[in-house]
Amino acid sequence: MSSHAVMRTSSEAEWVLPSRGRVGMFTLIAAESAIFTIFVVAYIFYLGKSVAGPTPQQVLELPIVGTICLLSSSLTIHLAVRALRNAKVGAFGLWWFITLGLGTTFLVGTGLEWRHLIFDRGLTIRTNLFGTTYYSLVGLHAFHVTVGLLAIALTMILTLLGKVKAEHGERAEVFSLYWHFVDVVWVIVFTLVYVIGR
Amino acid sequence: MSSESMALGTVSESARPIGERLHEWVITVDHKRLGILYILYGLVMLVIGGIEATIMRIQLIVPHNHFVSPQVFNRMFTMHGTTMIFFVVMPILFGFGTYLIPLMIGARDMAFPRLNAFSFWMTAFGGLLLYFSFIGGNGLYGAGNAPDVGWFAYAPLTSHAFSVGHSTDFWTLALLVSGIGSIGTAVNFVATILCMRCPGMTLGKMPLLAWLNLIMGGMVILAISPLTAAQIMLCVDRYLGGHFFDTQAGGSAVLWMHFFWIFGHPEVYILVIPAFAFASEIIPVFSRKPIFGYPVMVAATVCIGFVSFSVWAHHMFTVGMSSYGNTFFTVTSMVIAVPTGIKIFNWLGTMWGGKIDFQAPMLFCVAFLFQFLIAGLTGIMLATSPFDWQLGNSYFVIAHFHYVIVGAILYTIFGAFYYWFPKMSGRMYNEALAKWHFWLFFIGFHLTFDFMHIPGILGMPRRIYTYEPGRGWEIWNLIVTIGVFFQIAGVLAFVGNLLWSLWKGEQAGNDPWDAWTLEWSTSSPPPDYDFATTPVVKSRRPLWDLKHPEDPDWKYE
Repeated sequence: MSSHAVMRTSSEAEWVLPSRGRVGMFTLIAAESAIFTIFVVAYIFYLGKSVAGPTPQQVLELPIVGTICLLSSSLTIHLAVRALRNAKVGAFGLWWFITLGLGTTFLVGTGLEWRHLIFDRGLTIRTNLFGTTYYSLVGLHAFHVTVGLLAIALTMILTLLGKVKAEHGERAEVFSLYWHFVDVVWVIVFTLVYVIGR
Repeated sequence: MSSESMALGTVSESARPIGERLHEWVITVDHKRLGILYILYGLVMLVIGGIEATIMRIQLIVPHNHFVSPQVFNRMFTMHGTTMIFFVVMPILFGFGTYLIPLMIGARDMAFPRLNAFSFWMTAFGGLLLYFSFIGGNGLYGAGNAPDVGWFAYAPLTSHAFSVGHSTDFWTLALLVSGIGSIGTAVNFVATILCMRCPGMTLGKMPLLAWLNLIMGGMVILAISPLTAAQIMLCVDRYLGGHFFDTQAGGSAVLWMHFFWIFGHPEVYILVIPAFAFASEIIPVFSRKPIFGYPVMVAATVCIGFVSFSVWAHHMFTVGMSSYGNTFFTVTSMVIAVPTGIKIFNWLGTMWGGKIDFQAPMLFCVAFLFQFLIAGLTGIMLATSPFDWQLGNSYFVIAHFHYVIVGAILYTIFGAFYYWFPKMSGRMYNEALAKWHFWLFFIGFHLTFDFMHIPGILGMPRRIYTYEPGRGWEIWNLIVTIGVFFQIAGVLAFVGNLLWSLWKGEQAGNDPWDAWTLEWSTSSPPPDYDFATTPVVKSRRPLWDLKHPEDPDWKYE
């Protein structure tokens, strides 16, 4: 062991490789982007092609509160990660908890919106093409939010148990990349479904 | 592994109960074991897919044959295609990549060993799901068991109206599940190659196999994901009553074609780029020369990677597109021949003036070069849209893509088997039996796939279960089927050789080929930890530097 450490001292200083966590997450994000791209293309392709109502203009309302919550959660998770990097575990827990609350609010908002659409407006996934593409695209995003929230909740529990320390900053940051990605997807979905498509 | 069992070595290995040893294979996260699991899984599926192909060829040996019913024939071509692409070639290529990449870049394992195990078991589970359809596909009595919608499963054939029962559900779920496994493996490949290289191995000094698998990983990320998305949509249609591909509700059957082929054509390059990687490792070693034009090889592969995402609709010329669409996809499909041609010249340049040693791995690679060239030439013919209008969906197309998948990809896979078998097992294979394998398979391949072009030109469409006599197709179909039996004989020689060599082969030693990449510096088979000390490299051929300290490569690179 010692001999190889001696052998390597000359090259060790400059031999720096990218973090595998970040590379892995960026690669996963690329794959997810491709999946979302296909759903977005299908949504655009089928805009206005439904043979029966209801249409987006008739039933969709802007989900303002949910959008504000989700977008601001990107900021709070960033602050949480920065706090953990600086070994402020208490501040990390606080910001992490706020992120959890904001994400949950968004998901509840989507649930309420879907209940309104299904029971008051009579739009289900089998009603027409708009229903099929709308629930698939928004649902795929909501699924990603749910996965993210489960991970955040798990980390929250570990934080409360006192298991999260400054050395986990790198992992928290890698996860936050996923969360930022989910936010960016929402910007695209929001623009397409609620602004352009309406 | 504890130090005690390491010290005892083979004695304790054979003394332990077989159940315990098998359990270790199930729970393993070691890249070498997972690689071997991938490869064995692919080999088993190769036999199954080969039996399905044989059933089809026996049915077509004479006109008006009644060997199998039309329904069974439909299931056979669907299962054959799906099996060979997703559960034979991809697992074998992933297996070699998983096994070799860490060894070649001087790492002790992949970047994410547990993700590696997860990906393998997802792929394995996908294949089980596909074959479970033979038992579980009968949703309604008599609704048929295995999937019969063709390997690209065009809408509206996959809708409930035309696919009653669960056979299509098994197909779509199998591809969804194995697709998740493939994406996991690709994430692992990219992260491993970018983040786990040993000191000194800059991107420009990586073995070409690592480079090409890096590009392949990126392509899997961008190409398998659309397939996954399309399968989710198909699931929504079939389970939740959605209308994505339901033309009666305004949906589009053509959209499925686009989504499928956006995956489907890059997929061909996902399969062939690792095959290029094998050739790029084997040809230099058996020509005793470094690879010719290393940077150009990398650049050409990157070009292929990019262009392959803009050629998909050449599978859809016969569906009907605008003249602009036809022109665009004709041009891009021809453009991709340029970087591919560059690679062929580079391999020839490597052989030129070399001391060529025609052992089994090299034989397969040389055959690959010429067969891949012919496959490329018929590819250019089919890329010409007016020509494709005549021959699309005929046996000419079948002959063309089997020339790629068998003549190029499977040939280099066989070459890779012989080349790395000594490393994986620690024993040499039997060279005489390997030559038998090569020549039997060579004769069989050319009997089958050379002559398959002709009934295609004479108008024989693909996927027909029988045909009328008197169209001039009989003799060609007979020759094609005879070739299959030569191929079976070749594969039997191959499997027999592997099994025999595993028990009786000579000890191979660390470096039987006098090769130059890092995997040959460790023992055969490599220890659990791959390398006792992390290697440090200074050139593309670290073992050359080691063996020739008076004339090392790094002085010239």
